[in-house]
Amino acid sequence: MMATAIVFLPLLGFLIAGIASLLAHKPAREADVIAFGKADHSEHGHGSHGHGSHGHVSNGHGAHGHSSHARDDHHPDDHHAPEPSPHSESVSRFAEVLTTGFLMVACILSWVLFTQIALGSAQPIRITLASWIHVGNFVADWNIRVDTLTAVMLVVVTTVSALVHLYSIGYMHEDAGRPRFMAYLSLFTFAMLMLVTADNLVQMFFGWEGVGLASYLLIGFWFKKKSANDAAMKAFIVNRVGDFGFALGIFLVFWVFGAVSFDPIFAAVPGKAKEVVSFLGFHLNALELACCLLFMGAMGKSAQFLLHTWLPDAMEGPTPVSALIHAATMVTAGVFMVARLSPLFEATHFAMSVVLIFGATTAIFAATVGLVQNDIKRVIAYSTCSQLGYMFVALGSGLYAGGIYHLFTHAFFKALLFLGAGSVIHAMHHEQDIRKMGGLIKVIPFTAAMMFIGNIALTGFPFTAGYYSKDAIIEAAFVAHTPGHVYAFLCVVLAAGLTSFYSWRLYFLTFLGETRADRHSFEHAHESPLVMLVPLGVLAAGAFLAGAPLAHSFLSDATGPFWKGSLFTGAENHVLHDMHDPAKLPRWVVWSPFVMMVGGFVLAYLFYLRWPRLPGQIAERHPAIYRFLLNKWYFDELYDLIFVRPARWLGRFLWKKGDGLVIDGLGPDGVSALAVKIAGRVMRLQTGYVYHYALAMLLGVAGFVTWYLYSGGAH
Amino acid sequence: MFGFGILSGLLVLPLAGAAFVLLQKDDEAGRRNMRWGAFWTTIVTFLLSLVALSRFDAAKAGFQLVERKAWLGTEITYQLGVDGIAMPFVILTTFLMPFCIAASFNAISKREKEYYALFLLLETLMIGVFVALDLVLFYAFFEAGLIPMFLIIGIWGGARRIYASFKFFLYTLLGSVLMLIAIMAMYWTAGTADIVKLLAFRFPSNMQYWLWLAFFASFAVKMPMWPVHTWLPDAHVEAPTAGSVILAGILLKMGGYGFLRFSIPMFPEASLYFANFVFALSVIAIIYTSLVAMMQEDIKKLIAYSSVAHMGFVTMGLFTLNAQGIQGAVFQMVSHGLVSGALFLCVGVVYDRMHTREIAAYGGLVNRMPLYALAFLLFTMANVGLPGTSGFVGEFLTLLASFKANSWVAFLATTGVILSAAYALWLFARVVYGPTEKHALETIPDLSGREIAILAPLAVLVIYYGVQPNAILSMSQASVDALIAGLQSGLPAKAAALVK
Repeated sequence: MMATAIVFLPLLGFLIAGIASLLAHKPAREADVIAFGKADHSEHGHGSHGHGSHGHVSNGHGAHGHSSHARDDHHPDDHHAPEPSPHSESVSRFAEVLTTGFLMVACILSWVLFTQIALGSAQPIRITLASWIHVGNFVADWNIRVDTLTAVMLVVVTTVSALVHLYSIGYMHEDAGRPRFMAYLSLFTFAMLMLVTADNLVQMFFGWEGVGLASYLLIGFWFKKKSANDAAMKAFIVNRVGDFGFALGIFLVFWVFGAVSFDPIFAAVPGKAKEVVSFLGFHLNALELACCLLFMGAMGKSAQFLLHTWLPDAMEGPTPVSALIHAATMVTAGVFMVARLSPLFEATHFAMSVVLIFGATTAIFAATVGLVQNDIKRVIAYSTCSQLGYMFVALGSGLYAGGIYHLFTHAFFKALLFLGAGSVIHAMHHEQDIRKMGGLIKVIPFTAAMMFIGNIALTGFPFTAGYYSKDAIIEAAFVAHTPGHVYAFLCVVLAAGLTSFYSWRLYFLTFLGETRADRHSFEHAHESPLVMLVPLGVLAAGAFLAGAPLAHSFLSDATGPFWKGSLFTGAENHVLHDMHDPAKLPRWVVWSPFVMMVGGFVLAYLFYLRWPRLPGQIAERHPAIYRFLLNKWYFDELYDLIFVRPARWLGRFLWKKGDGLVIDGLGPDGVSALAVKIAGRVMRLQTGYVYHYALAMLLGVAGFVTWYLYSGGAH
Repeated sequence: MFGFGILSGLLVLPLAGAAFVLLQKDDEAGRRNMRWGAFWTTIVTFLLSLVALSRFDAAKAGFQLVERKAWLGTEITYQLGVDGIAMPFVILTTFLMPFCIAASFNAISKREKEYYALFLLLETLMIGVFVALDLVLFYAFFEAGLIPMFLIIGIWGGARRIYASFKFFLYTLLGSVLMLIAIMAMYWTAGTADIVKLLAFRFPSNMQYWLWLAFFASFAVKMPMWPVHTWLPDAHVEAPTAGSVILAGILLKMGGYGFLRFSIPMFPEASLYFANFVFALSVIAIIYTSLVAMMQEDIKKLIAYSSVAHMGFVTMGLFTLNAQGIQGAVFQMVSHGLVSGALFLCVGVVYDRMHTREIAAYGGLVNRMPLYALAFLLFTMANVGLPGTSGFVGEFLTLLASFKANSWVAFLATTGVILSAAYALWLFARVVYGPTEKHALETIPDLSGREIAILAPLAVLVIYYGVQPNAILSMSQASVDALIAGLQSGLPAKAAALVK
């Protein structure tokens, strides 16, 4: 009952807020039916003019004036309803309070479930809500399954979601599309909850694509911006590439196991370990293949190397979206999926290596790109990408608990960093370029303090949450037996240094030193309203509390009192044990992440506070490397060249040449040309309506046939 | 009623409506009578089909509600009946008809009398196809349905309507001639045109191949399968909105129904033999037409090409010859009937306002038409097979089944989920999203009450069947199971093992 309420409260919120958003749109629309064309053009026409006077009027209002000011550049969809009517204003407020309230309730219930199921000893929940698809021996139902693994996800999703809902009330308060925004957030939360409570692969796929839809809608929330639309589309399509693998994985699992529900699959794994299937002409181990295909889905959703290109672009969405979807929850769905299927993955070797190597590569690749980005959100986005790589390294090493633990801690400090960045952006009138910031600690000290906490947690400063989870991963990679673990270890240690460097670079450039912002925006920078600061505070507390108090529970045996078998580790998996064995884990390994963290910090200090000209000089001296990193290893250009352009060229070619020239040319057009040639003279004499002839012909044929069959039947 | 049953009622009702329409005077009042007369006729027909549904026992595999009257001798009879495969299509037909009529109220202004009469005649003929239990009767309905459609495109169509209707006719005629020859051959061999008897009759192996190919020629054109699909985009583009809805919603399903009713159960050996051939064409259809759809500049053409791709999933699923594939194909056909019908209605909404279907003429519709944007988004998502919409279930089941049959087919066909997302979202972005830059769009009104009433039921069903697909799946289950059991007994032991 409680679990059902958690899942469906957001759905209810979505429906009500969605209806409210449609209602709120009406008055504005009728109002501007008359003045529409005029208003739109005049606002475009003397934009700067409007700016000035706007600013004047609202100078006294402080916060209010600035955000509405900024809105003109960044929220183009507001042009329509310059003066939201009181009616739509109250509808918006209703939608905000309702969705946020529902999420808060869901959040509290989730923590209750977490204490009961994960920390306590309550039985896991398994409810069948309704039947779904039944065909032959294929059965997939709507279920709710809550074991420790799901309970962890429930608290992550509902906590961050509730805080982001709350934060959005402040962040979006100048946006006319607020009810729609809140509705989308709740829709996302519902889909994510369906994903984590799934008891079979198909419902998981439902949630999987559902969060994809919500992500599409939210990235493209400012739908008038072409860049936002393109980013939304890119996110959906790249994710579909991953889903392509996920779907094939489900098909294979079904034909191997005869089921898509988790428990029957897991129970049958030992008997299927040697099963061989023929796939695309190769004879492959069924489990290895299935896990690789399923992992392809995880790569898409969790933005792993090769399928990562959508995540940085997804920053086109409003910042609360980035915090919720593209940092804390949706992008971790891939990690959750692998952990959920740990009994399956644990039976493989090759697939585990694939997970490990892709994770490690992503960790280091994204960190290198993060070094040189100048957009505050993009730096954090690449950081997210890199941290997701860490999680997969943990999974690939066999430390599923470590992967989920990092997912858990990361959700807090990364959401904190994103919401902090949102607060900065809010203060700076939607400026996102850190080269135009600096010294902001003087004007927004609270935000600066919160970002500081986020940073130390991310870089793994002792006794913060990241310290426990990240160090565990680095140690696990060292002691693991999965082939490729040495490579993975080197990647994650090096990435720890890079993480520290880019995080502090971001911090120094934004908050410390002399300001590079223009005087106007610097002087008018202001701390965000309380409704935005409270979530920051809560998440900052989480960045500590998720650490020491819970580390011991999370980093424990899969069959222990915390996980209770919701994760699975095989008999040969001794990673957790070996991590605590000094013989297997030398001291230098234990210290390596700390050394890297300090090194990164010192380097960032030297580069950006001590000798701020140095980075530019280095970039000038090595332009090739700098540009390679700045352009994100040229993946977008590469994919455009090898996928997008050929597909479009092929589409046009097949249309014009294939359909037009060959098929129609040899088919109807050729035949008709012939017919016209033969019958041309007769045609011109008659009415000229081809269909008259066609009709006559058809009726003739039909009559002839009837007569023929009749005479045949009579015999 | 004169000894005729409920299925005959379904055939007669629309004809009676057509007669009523023809009797009206061509003045303002008469035209109103025509519209509402046609509308209520289709509503009553739909209700009657629901009565038929309530008397239909989905647990039974055989034909039900059977009626039989002498027609041409003893072996060519007027025989009607439905089983779990036909029933969904009958309901789909009667369900979509009122939407088509209602969508025509504003769109059609010339020769309304003929228009509504033809539509009602078309309904009779379409229902006839799905309920006929006599081969000759089936053929008569199947081919006669061409005429009203041909006229609807040719008279009420767009600028290139003559070309389009001619192309439509030419392609379809080619198939029908071959099917006719096959039907005659079957009649002479089996000595009957009774479909129930023919289903039990085993045609000699070598004859099966020729018969299969002849039927294939006709059904492949109707589906349409690659490479005989090029009539569809032209027909759709030129057809009035309601014509497109019927074309995509019902007429395309006749091919799939034909495969299920004739090709697979009557020529099982040939079906197995040609399965790879069908797979190849299906996969080509899915990839080829998806790529082509991506580059279209006309909204209707894009949706038409996407229809061809979706029908590729149907043919692929049918010839996997297993339960998931065939049931998935039936579901996909019903779902596509709703979704593509709704998409064409959506195009009709903006066409009625702007009189253009060019994608470039639109952009930023969401600013003026949020309700429209919502509806269009929902049907777009159903079209790309988002789980939770009806579009997912059929696509998923047919792909699942194809994986068993041939992993190459599954692999290539599943790329369709990527391509469909590309063309559908790109269309949505260009038409609905973005700023309102076109001057003509600045005063475009949102959905009217009538349009909401048309689109809302479809939206509800698309989601309902996405969440509760068993409502349709259970209807066809018994008949499909029987079909597969029949296949296994109809095949040599070795071949039967392949179909499992």
